Amino acid sequence: MTCDEAEVLLHALIDGELDAGHAREVESHIAGCPRCAAALRDYREMSKAIAEAGMGYTAPAALRQRIEAALPQPRAVPNRRAVLRGFAMGSAVSALAATGLVAIVLRQDDVERIQSEVVSAHLRSLQAGHLTDVISTDQHTVKPWFNGKLDVSPPVIDLTAQGFTLIGGRLDYIDARAIGAVVYRRRQHVINLFVSQTSSTERRPAKIDTIQGFNIRHWSERGLNYWAVSDIGKDELADFGERFESATRVAG
Amino acid sequence: MPIKASDDDPEKARRFRDAALPYLDDAYTLARYLLRNATDAEDAVQECYLRAFRHFDSYRGPAMKPWLFAILRNVCRAEYARRSTAPTSAIEDVAESAEQTPLWHEAEETPEAQLQRRWDSDTIRRLVAALAEPFRETFVLREIQNLSYREIAKVAEVPVGTVMSRLARARAMLRSAWLAEEEQRK
Repeated sequence: MTCDEAEVLLHALIDGELDAGHAREVESHIAGCPRCAAALRDYREMSKAIAEAGMGYTAPAALRQRIEAALPQPRAVPNRRAVLRGFAMGSAVSALAATGLVAIVLRQDDVERIQSEVVSAHLRSLQAGHLTDVISTDQHTVKPWFNGKLDVSPPVIDLTAQGFTLIGGRLDYIDARAIGAVVYRRRQHVINLFVSQTSSTERRPAKIDTIQGFNIRHWSERGLNYWAVSDIGKDELADFGERFESATRVAG
Repeated sequence: MPIKASDDDPEKARRFRDAALPYLDDAYTLARYLLRNATDAEDAVQECYLRAFRHFDSYRGPAMKPWLFAILRNVCRAEYARRSTAPTSAIEDVAESAEQTPLWHEAEETPEAQLQRRWDSDTIRRLVAALAEPFRETFVLREIQNLSYREIAKVAEVPVGTVMSRLARARAMLRSAWLAEEEQRK
């Protein structure tokens, strides 16, 4: 093999694109040619440096928003509406619900119904391709993604150091309203944190319930209702909630 | 292009989001290197995603990333055409002469000199940006986007052999330019 041939083929060798026969030929040429050997060494060093340097750019959040805004927006699908029609709500309650006063006017059984909706939403999210609308471990990407999509933008908090990895956000529907879901991962388990607005600014301490084998930690603070849902144990979910709550207090 | 009825389909939009949006950073990176300008890159990526959405019905896989890149590249080429007076890049000439008079492999190389020769990201970025367009494109698709030669060939609409020769040229130019810089620093 000549140097001219090797000069082109050694790149295919670096990139793992050569078949075994040609790879051997290039290697045997390089073994006897200091000039090509030096080139190969430099190119390898260059590729390694590029891989380590992180030469990529991050798309600006505004670009993501412009693209999102140009696509047809998701809306509640009819079959979900049909389910919701089964709600035994009086028209007055429905009207109140529409104004965002859900949590304080609901009777206990409606609270339970909402919790089971939260679990359904959690289950839907686990189906392939439904978990996140925006995928990012960066709270500064996930947080602005919600802007303009919801009346209230949920707090997005990085709890990676505490063992809960932020993996993204999603729009979902609870009680016939669009609601933000912030998605975390704990080992192989998904935690959905649903956040909606409430007119009450009163702090409601956390309560943990179990529905259909899923744990739900519900609390309210500063005008927001939170439901954290997961199949992780009650202790871990309580830990998640406490860390999230204390982080929001520090942040706010 | 007329908007088809299916373009209003939220389910299609959802599938498209799930499939294409994870590559937004990659697409933006490619556009930045191809157009060498942040604003133009944003516009190109937005146009790319809108076109991709319109053609999403005809997408049959297998890989989303090269499919998006092929669209993005066409958008960028339209932008080149618009910039008919685009400045030519300097590195080609520099590299030509550098290739004719090899600067360093004649010299004695000590292990210490090897260690000193480091590739930092700012310098690589600047040198890559100075490469002429076909070489820059091939180099970025391979080194930064990790596409295979066949994928690059598809995106760039050239035979695999051309990809190989462009990549060899691109790397040789970068290496020469780098070594020329090192000479100057001495």
